[in-house]
Amino acid sequence: MAQFSLPANSVVNPNGNVHKAPAGSKDVRSFRIYRFDPESTDKPRIDTYEVDMGSCGPMVLDALIKIKNEIDPSLTFRRSCREGICGSCAMNIDGVNTLACIKASAEIKGTVKIYPLPHMPVIKDLVPDLTNFYAQYASVKPWLQTRTPAPPDQERLQSKEDQEKIDRPSACILCACCSTSCPSYWWNSDKYLGPAALLAAYRWIIDTRDEATGERLDELEDPFRLYRCHTIMNCAEACPKDLNPARAIAEIKRKIAERKQ
Amino acid sequence: MSLRSPLGKVLGAGAAKEGAHHWWAQRISAVGLVLLAPWFLLSLIALGDLSYVNVHDWVASPVHTVLLSLLVLALTYHAFLGLQVVIEDYVANKGIRLLVLLVIKFTLLVLGVLGVISVLRIAFMGNH
Repeated sequence: MAQFSLPANSVVNPNGNVHKAPAGSKDVRSFRIYRFDPESTDKPRIDTYEVDMGSCGPMVLDALIKIKNEIDPSLTFRRSCREGICGSCAMNIDGVNTLACIKASAEIKGTVKIYPLPHMPVIKDLVPDLTNFYAQYASVKPWLQTRTPAPPDQERLQSKEDQEKIDRPSACILCACCSTSCPSYWWNSDKYLGPAALLAAYRWIIDTRDEATGERLDELEDPFRLYRCHTIMNCAEACPKDLNPARAIAEIKRKIAERKQ
Repeated sequence: MSLRSPLGKVLGAGAAKEGAHHWWAQRISAVGLVLLAPWFLLSLIALGDLSYVNVHDWVASPVHTVLLSLLVLALTYHAFLGLQVVIEDYVANKGIRLLVLLVIKFTLLVLGVLGVISVLRIAFMGNH
């Protein structure tokens, strides 16, 4: 069966360490954060950090960095650009997959609960193992494939309208918020490619310069790779870049159906 | 522990080149149900008198016989396709999956044939 309950060594201890705010803090906010140390035999736990928001930046990532710098240097998470373009700090905040750097703490009511992206193997704390996710992206050959040689004196041309078709899907930053919010991906991520990889595939399927459309559709026509999508729409809901992988998947299905007509 | 590369695992045995027909058939059978199920329910309500003889005569009318048979086929076929997806989603063990799929599909086949034969029997064997 799809695994609905956690294995014994993954059950989370809700009462981890509590780090009180320093005396004299005025605007105190509680952050409850998932902790897992691969070098210890302990089960994962939830630590509570009380943060003085008076001396903290507005975003959840600011709070995480403040915690790491001032309270607990062992807290581990990925981050880089802090402006929503690298996709590193994707995590589950207040029950929703999003980027910590563009999610304001003020938008969340009460205690801020932070977990790693759902249903992925955890390497440490908020860092999930995305190896399979990246391999799925690589499997759709996300690059231009052509047989016509490139013109010797100019680029491969494309109309403005055709470029506009790929503008949105090209804006994907591969943060994995969508795929890890998808129940179909949770149950069958070994075979279902997931919304992120399928959106990338779509981006090349509709690129008018690409000459491998047929081969790309061939590679996707599979009960698991593509058709595990049941239009649940969590992907579109989760995407921090406001993209719509569900629509891209529906378009791929339509293209496969149309070429049989 | 497998030392196969992550990409090798994802590529696996390649695409099955299948699924489009299943997806399309599920939608077409759904359209059939959207039309036939309300027709059936509204007809029964309009019939008013649901006595054995009255319903028997209603079923035996040629148009009703055809539409009822189609309803039974659309219903069982749609369930056949839909339950297959549910089982594939949730049952990971290949052996158990195959077994459950065979049981469900065979049951629905029996129900579909039984339903159609029942309707035809009423239509062709006449007398109550």
